[in-house]
Amino acid sequence: MRKSNLKLLLFIFSLIIQLKPLNSAEMVDPIKVDWSFKGLTGTFDRASLQRGFQVYKEVCSSCHSMQYLSYRNLGESGGPEFSEQEVKAIAASFEIQDGPDDQGEMFTRPGRPSDKFKNPYPNVQAATAANGGAYPPDMSVLVKARKGGANYIYSVLVGYEDPPPNIILDDGVYYNKYMIGNKIKMPNNLMDGLVEYADGTESTVDQMAKDVTTFLAWAAEPELEERHKTGVKVIIYLVLLTILVYLSMKKIWSRVDSEV
Amino acid sequence: MSEHEYVPKSKAGKWFNDRLPLLTLGAHLTDYPTPKNLNYWWTFGGILTFCLLTQIVTGIVLAMHYVAHADLAFASVEHIMRDVNYGWLIRYIHSNGASMFFLAVYIHIFRSLFYGSYKSPREVIWIIGLLIYLLMMAAAFMGYVLPWGQMSFWGATVITNLFSAIPLVGDSITTWLWGAYSVDNPTLNRFFSLHYLIPFLILGLVVLHIWALHVPGNNNPVGIDIKKPSKDTVPFHPYITIKDAFALLVFMIIFAGFVFFTPNVLGHSDNYIPANPLVTPAHIVPEWYLLPFYAILRSVPDKLGGVILMFSAIFILFVLPWLDTSKVRSAVFRPLYRQFFWILVIDVLMLGYVGAMPAEGIYLVLARVGTIYYFLHFIVVMPVVGYLEKTDPIPMSISEPVLSGGAEPSIARKMDEKV
Amino acid sequence: MSKEEKKVNRRDFLFTASYTVGAVGVGAVIWPMIDQMNPDKAQQALATTEVDISNIEPGKSITVLWRGKPVFLKRRTQEEIAEARNVKMDDLPDPQKDEDRVKEGKEEWLVMLGVCTHLGCVPLKDKGDFNGWFCPCHGSHYDVSGRIRKGPAPTNMEIPKFEFVNNNTIKIG
Repeated sequence: MRKSNLKLLLFIFSLIIQLKPLNSAEMVDPIKVDWSFKGLTGTFDRASLQRGFQVYKEVCSSCHSMQYLSYRNLGESGGPEFSEQEVKAIAASFEIQDGPDDQGEMFTRPGRPSDKFKNPYPNVQAATAANGGAYPPDMSVLVKARKGGANYIYSVLVGYEDPPPNIILDDGVYYNKYMIGNKIKMPNNLMDGLVEYADGTESTVDQMAKDVTTFLAWAAEPELEERHKTGVKVIIYLVLLTILVYLSMKKIWSRVDSEV
Repeated sequence: MSEHEYVPKSKAGKWFNDRLPLLTLGAHLTDYPTPKNLNYWWTFGGILTFCLLTQIVTGIVLAMHYVAHADLAFASVEHIMRDVNYGWLIRYIHSNGASMFFLAVYIHIFRSLFYGSYKSPREVIWIIGLLIYLLMMAAAFMGYVLPWGQMSFWGATVITNLFSAIPLVGDSITTWLWGAYSVDNPTLNRFFSLHYLIPFLILGLVVLHIWALHVPGNNNPVGIDIKKPSKDTVPFHPYITIKDAFALLVFMIIFAGFVFFTPNVLGHSDNYIPANPLVTPAHIVPEWYLLPFYAILRSVPDKLGGVILMFSAIFILFVLPWLDTSKVRSAVFRPLYRQFFWILVIDVLMLGYVGAMPAEGIYLVLARVGTIYYFLHFIVVMPVVGYLEKTDPIPMSISEPVLSGGAEPSIARKMDEKV
Repeated sequence: MSKEEKKVNRRDFLFTASYTVGAVGVGAVIWPMIDQMNPDKAQQALATTEVDISNIEPGKSITVLWRGKPVFLKRRTQEEIAEARNVKMDDLPDPQKDEDRVKEGKEEWLVMLGVCTHLGCVPLKDKGDFNGWFCPCHGSHYDVSGRIRKGPAPTNMEIPKFEFVNNNTIKIG
């Protein structure tokens, strides 16, 4: 097809892509953070992941479940990479329900690495009832489940402020600049110095928000580092093979072209 | 080069070939005389075959780990992503593969529209192709339901509710499709069964599609009938296979870019929220490849009317070979039709865009204009332009304009542009 | 070399290189499709089971599930231990000392995979000609140390990796 037509098509296409949906007017765009896991070769910051787990454990986990993760994941490569002993200790610090035993009774025992993360509530209804009618969403894939991903989660965590005078909030509802609709039922749980980081990092709200968001980004995409690494190799390989095949093609077609 | 005279060299080969002429088939496929001027737009047939096989292989693998149950489906997908060896890779290939499949099929269809490949004597190839396209949409829709996220559930609800627009029996049909009184576990289970079945139906139709192609032979950018085999053709192998391989590799680089670096960009974030029958997402959007039809559906303020119009948008393509009155196949020699072709491309892209936007204000207006134009193109433009258009001179053979230095300048110019 | 020959050689090299590199890629794609059928990470993580053995009387045994297979835990009497140790190695199709099948100092505990080494059935306890186990599927006889004595099974019943966490608990795996 003709080049000029193609160019026109590309131009129109780029115009279409640049148009923003009009309905996003009420929402402020999330803060753009320069995450270490961005980009083609992005990896997670181990120390940040470990701190983020600490924030999750001490703050988030009292309301939010993370049901698709197991304690063993904390030791797997590409994640926080706690040592085997640390993972065992972390798992053992939770009382996990097991059973039924020989008598048919359920019982609790210290957690093992193979156990799933402990749920704070027995079911969705209990979680909803305990939180003023708003279910605290499971955080396993939360970063993938929100438009804006990690930037959005981070923005909401630091986006609490006093409501503008024209907005009246019900009890148990808070104002958040970045939340869709600006109303959120989760109170602002982060305050400076809330967590005492094991590695001595100063626990500002911003630091904790970044760490826990990094942790959640890993939880949603534990394969990210392996994916990036494999991807780079695959693309290099494909480009190499493409060049070889291109040259072969030129050779083969030279027989036909020379006839003409 | 003629395939009918093929005789296997070895005795065993001859013995087998007399009983089942597979070797003759192989020789036919290898020597199949192909126009030598096919450009890269013709490589998408091979690319589509690759896409289908990739979806089948990764799909069979995923089915080994997936659980088609409303309570377990979402968790089983997470299990694939987290625990199964290379599960994340296989699932991302499958989910992005669907998008790549549609990208390729749209290019394939528009190539056919540009070069008049649907015209006589290739109507049957075109119709089989459309059947494949319909089945692809069904398979893609049901596949999207399987992870049982919010978009899965509500997409399934909206699409199955289309059938409730049918007068009198609509509600019964919808309930029958669901196997329940809403989209529920029985729906998920049957969608899984059909999602597994359809690719094999497609595979069968692909065989017919290629068979029907090999009867008249390929169309070509010049759009003229050619003698086969002749100076204008090359044997399929190695000339076309190597060209297809090169194009496929370029396609795979783009494919890999999606799989490894932005695996979720073509999906919707809401589908990582487990299905919840009590809460509808703010904007229900189908996958990008169905958006133009979605825009047509929403452009009509009447339930039944919208459904009829949406299905008509596809079914009108079935009669396209008889709506096009032009004697000339290729748009290369049709200056007027060529302009309308590009307007149609822009129209469909615009419909796709407004299909992703809320059905209100300017978007609704654009959707209506786009829908009207879409139908006008096929019902009015195609027949009328075919009669009125003064086409450019057509060369006698593919080699001619280049062979004879004294060919008409206008022909030589067209040929240059095409390459 | 003439010009023609050079041309041919370069062509050959290109094709060989293309085919080789392409074949490597196909191989690399096939592996994930095969490996996905191997036990996944969740399966691998379930590799250990802890068993409470405080309630087992001498001479009695229990069966527990480990990795989807039965494991026999038998608390053997002194007579049974003696019997197992008096067997001549020559009488055994798969010679192995009883001492090598139990933990030193905990000789009364026989912990073994309750799977017949013939074709995978579960042998019955206290049956057969050797006071041990008997597999009803194809008639393999095992002694009180779980060693094959008679029948089609080729080897002794397997001893899994296990350890005593304390006097009352065994960890298998």
